[in-house]
Formats: sequence, C-alpha cells, structure tokens
Amino acid sequence: MVMINGNSVDADGMTITEYLQQAQYDPRIVVVERNEEIVPRDSYQETKLADGDVIEVVTFMGGG
Amino acid sequence: MDKRLEDDKLVIGGQEFHSRFILGSGKYSMKLIEAAVRDAGAEIITLAVRRANTKEQENIIDYIPRNVTLLPNTSGARDAREAVRIARLARELGCGNFVKIEIMRDTKYLLPDNYETVKATEILAKEGFIVMPYMYPDLNAARDLANAGAAAVMPLAAPIGSNKGLATKDFIQILINEIELPVIVDAGIGRPSQACEAMEMGAAAIMANTALATAGDLPLMAAAFRQAIEAGRKAYLSGLGRVLTRGASASDPLTGFLHD
Repeated sequence: MVMINGNSVDADGMTITEYLQQAQYDPRIVVVERNEEIVPRDSYQETKLADGDVIEVVTFMGGG
Repeated sequence: MDKRLEDDKLVIGGQEFHSRFILGSGKYSMKLIEAAVRDAGAEIITLAVRRANTKEQENIIDYIPRNVTLLPNTSGARDAREAVRIARLARELGCGNFVKIEIMRDTKYLLPDNYETVKATEILAKEGFIVMPYMYPDLNAARDLANAGAAAVMPLAAPIGSNKGLATKDFIQILINEIELPVIVDAGIGRPSQACEAMEMGAAAIMANTALATAGDLPLMAAAFRQAIEAGRKAYLSGLGRVLTRGASASDPLTGFLHD
C-alpha cells in the first residue's frame, strides 16, 4: 500500500503518471513529493510507486 | 507625477515594484482575487501550498494577472525543515523564486517562531530563493534574518486575522530605523488608516488579507487600502510636520487686521 496525501491507497507498481491519471489529478497544477523528495515532472512516467512509499500531491491555493 | 514618486520603487531581491500593497489571497473566492488585485493595484500576491484534491480543475493561478509576482508562503510549517520542504515544492510548481517563510508552533495566537525562521531563511537564501520572512518584530531576530540572506522582513502588526492594527508599533519603528532591508508590515492591519500610519512611519509596504476579505465590499476596500498606502508613502517621503510639545502656533498671520 502507498500512503498518498494521508490516505492508504492500493497503487503499488503504478507509475506516477498512471496514478495521477487514475485519480483524475490535473498534472499541470500539481507537484509530487515521494518520501520527502520532489519528483521531477519529466520522471513521472518512469517512477513506480512501491509499498510503503509516502506521497504528497500538492498545489497552490489561496492563503497568506 | 512628481519625479520623486515616479522614481520611488520598492525593490525586493533585485525586482522593482511600483505598488506597495501585497495582497494575501486567503479567505476569498477566486473571482474576488481578480477584483482585489485590480482594485488594490497589488503587484505581489501570496499563495499557500496544500494537498491537491482529485478532479480539481480550477487553478488559482488562472485568476491572477500574469504581471503579478506570486509569493508562495510556507504556512502549515511548524519548523525550519518543514518550511524548506514547502518552499521547494512551491518553486517546483513553477512560479518563481519568491517565498514568504511562515513558521508557527503556536496555534492559538499563530505567532511566528523567529528562531526557526532564521534557520529556514539561511537554507533557502543559499538555494537562490528570494526570502521574505514573516516575523515577530524583534530587532535581534531581524538582524539575524538580514545576515541569513533575507530580502525583506515582514513583522506582524497584530495577530494574524485580528484586524487589530499596529499593536507592535514601537517595535516596528525600531526595525524601520535599524534594518537596511525593506520592512513590510504583515498581519493584523485592519483599516486603511492603520496601513497609512505604518507607511508614514517608513514601512516599505503593507500586506493585508483579512481586512479586505471581511470588509463589506471587497473591491471598494481594496481601493481604499491602495489610496491609504499611497498617502502614507507620500507623507513619509515628504517628512511629517513637527509636533509642538506645548502651546499653539498660529497658522494665520497675526498682524495687519483689527487691533493693529
């Protein structure tokens, strides 16, 4: 299982591109962090999620 | 326009701004952000970084005019490490190098942690960020922030969202007098008159959000803030008139009529 934005998700083995598509994130407006390291956008396609990964998918919102 | 006003620019991290109003984008709808930017004349607007929702198509960036500089904040960070992490994510979102550091351990008063803020400033300045730290107005901390590479300091006037005005006035004045960096008064400013007063004191700019978001008519209040900030700036550039310690000083001629 992969922890994504605080939820346990069955996404083991999926690439980040596949996961973002399946979860219907708009990839233009998000950034992905994997185990506290930013994943560069151009490596979404080859980065596979693994059991125990902690993923954050973040975007800009009003604030401050 | 007076040459002095034309040449009067706010410079942060080498970038020039004409407006001295920084707009916080929280607490109002995306459409109102557009109106507020227009009516306040703001050239800098803050944003927060948060977990994204799935199926979200609306992008706040689309509501902010392109010529406006985005200032992501690190709100939600409880220490320097978390602030650095959020700042890096913000930069990866592709909106430039500016970052407003906000680190809070205290959830009741939302007071910034100056010590952790200095640590985060040092790390992020080295990574090429233009760092604008939100801080409690303490001279020693402000000096440490300047030495750590901050591009400005952002002392609070009163607790965030309180609209209480210049509760820390005397200490902000000390920072203005002693710190070479732009001193931007952030948090607590509730009325245009308070923004004007801070500008008369020599503040470089004002940041506000709640004062507008909780006003009766947001665009009208945005316009009022714009004028108040401009008025305060002009007064500062002029130099204020003197204050008498006692007595009066006639402003009318005292001779040449009736009794003479």
